[in-house]
Amino acid sequence: MIKPMRKSSPSFAAILLAVVALFVAGPAAAQSLNVDIVGGVKTATPIVVVPFAQAGGAPLSTDVADVMRNDFNRSGKFRSLAKSDIVEFPSKGSDIKFATWRLLKQDYIVVGNVADVGNGMVQVEYELWDVNKQQSLLHQQMPPAPAGDLRGVAHQIADIIYQKITGVRGAFWTRIAYITAVGLGNHTTYSLIVADSDGYNPQVVARSKESLLTPAWSPDGRKLAYVSFESGNSSIYVQDITTGSRQLVESHPRGINGAPAWSPDGSKLAVALSYVGNLELFVLDLASRRETRLTNSLSIDTEPVWAPDGQSIYFTSDRSGRPQIYQVPASGGTPQRISFQGQSNLNADVSYDGKQIAMVQGNGNVYRIAIMDRSLGDQVRFLSPGPIDESPSFAPNASMLLYAATEGRRGVLYAVSADGLVRQRLVLSDGDVREPAWGPFRQR
Amino acid sequence: MNKTVRIALVALLCVGAAACSKKQEVKPQPAPEQAAPVQAPVSDGKYTPADLDTDACLRQRVVYFDFDKTEIKPEFQQIMACHAKYLQDRPTSHIRLEGNADERGSREYNLGLGERRGNAVSDALQANGGSASQLEVISYGKEKPVCREHNEDCWSKNRRVEIVYTAQ
Repeated sequence: MIKPMRKSSPSFAAILLAVVALFVAGPAAAQSLNVDIVGGVKTATPIVVVPFAQAGGAPLSTDVADVMRNDFNRSGKFRSLAKSDIVEFPSKGSDIKFATWRLLKQDYIVVGNVADVGNGMVQVEYELWDVNKQQSLLHQQMPPAPAGDLRGVAHQIADIIYQKITGVRGAFWTRIAYITAVGLGNHTTYSLIVADSDGYNPQVVARSKESLLTPAWSPDGRKLAYVSFESGNSSIYVQDITTGSRQLVESHPRGINGAPAWSPDGSKLAVALSYVGNLELFVLDLASRRETRLTNSLSIDTEPVWAPDGQSIYFTSDRSGRPQIYQVPASGGTPQRISFQGQSNLNADVSYDGKQIAMVQGNGNVYRIAIMDRSLGDQVRFLSPGPIDESPSFAPNASMLLYAATEGRRGVLYAVSADGLVRQRLVLSDGDVREPAWGPFRQR
Repeated sequence: MNKTVRIALVALLCVGAAACSKKQEVKPQPAPEQAAPVQAPVSDGKYTPADLDTDACLRQRVVYFDFDKTEIKPEFQQIMACHAKYLQDRPTSHIRLEGNADERGSREYNLGLGERRGNAVSDALQANGGSASQLEVISYGKEKPVCREHNEDCWSKNRRVEIVYTAQ
């Protein structure tokens, strides 16, 4: 039986704590153990985030500067100075000795403080300075927030700084969903988890003794569609993350009910159903519950994903023999094959601007994450080493992706910068992690 | 096809296979009149639920496949024949065919592949005389591996359809 849940139970929280510990075991450990630096990182911009001063109140459990440093490092765009190399501790712009930071070859410096404003609320003020120009770029006081939400505040500041310097909206203050499988054989417990983009604050959304797969975020970030085998056969549910209430939306007794994908306006789900005798794509209108059939072939047609304009749908089909990526108008029509490099290509995801298509490319026994750039004549580049990588999922600003990999017998997740240069691993100490899905931008 | 012919066909398919020869050897003989008084009830050549545990052919419940393939290999034809005969002999029996895939490729695509293999076994059982109403197919894709190493030996064990009797 599956139990929709609003909060993680203590036992599961304990397991997930281990995830978090491994994922960000301090900046030093993360550097040596979890972040592969593959070269080309010279292009990353050096930035120092000085530990924030704390004015009054009990010691805080969150180190705001730490959270931001990890965000910047993970992005691949920045290289933040290790905490242990920070020699001076200014907390406001007027205290910065720029010569010190120039000597340490830093381009940008972030300073700030956290003030206790009473009733368990804190307020963060920060400044961003250009070290070489000795120029203030940002100086902002964040709205008061509960002390327990300091990580969220830190991610939001990191997003603002990221956008100020790169011109691209930051996606650190976002959430991810994934599936965990703990235990062996018939004693496996599957959980659908939602966590912060850095793996913190994991919450159990649903739990089952049978497989869960293919979580998909609604465009407003409030719901997840997913596939569950809890009834014996596959069926598709849509669950509200905050209330835990859920709807069964596809459960044909015969065949597969799988591969849900939200339309950009949130009104429809593209799904793969086989009650008609063969696995075909359908578009389900969520209000009317009407199904419109989209494909008609003797092949496997599955893994739909919508183009951002909602006009077309990419999907996996083996109509040419091996699985390849195809594109079909969302209103129906003739599918066009778009992937031609590699023996097989499957499980596509599309960047927010529609320019990049991430997919799993199989050559021999090696399956790697590949990105096809539609704006560059469909050039393909590899993002992961394989051999059994899958489930690519773009961050909402396409600066990073999540994907699933296998290490030994264990499933792990990687967060990788879009240039493939910086990778960070998300591990469950006692079980598998798989099926990552990066959520949309959050609204305040 | 009359029954005798059908049985003969099954017997033919089982030639050389000690695995499923037992039933067919019994059938062509007349009722064993000189049999000892402790002999089990007279067999009419039809399978009984007990045979699911004892018959060497019926006890084989797994069909294996080549990579990305759904064709039933010749070595599994005799299994198709004896399970089809069981379905005929026991019209109230019911089989769930559980399709599975190896770990390569995505989960949803492998769901499709597992179903296609399940359908291939279902078609073969029907071609051998089983009835569609006695058969259902479910695909687990790569969700239920029996082996978790990353090599062909292991993958070949996972590319399978399991024959599960939900009613005997």
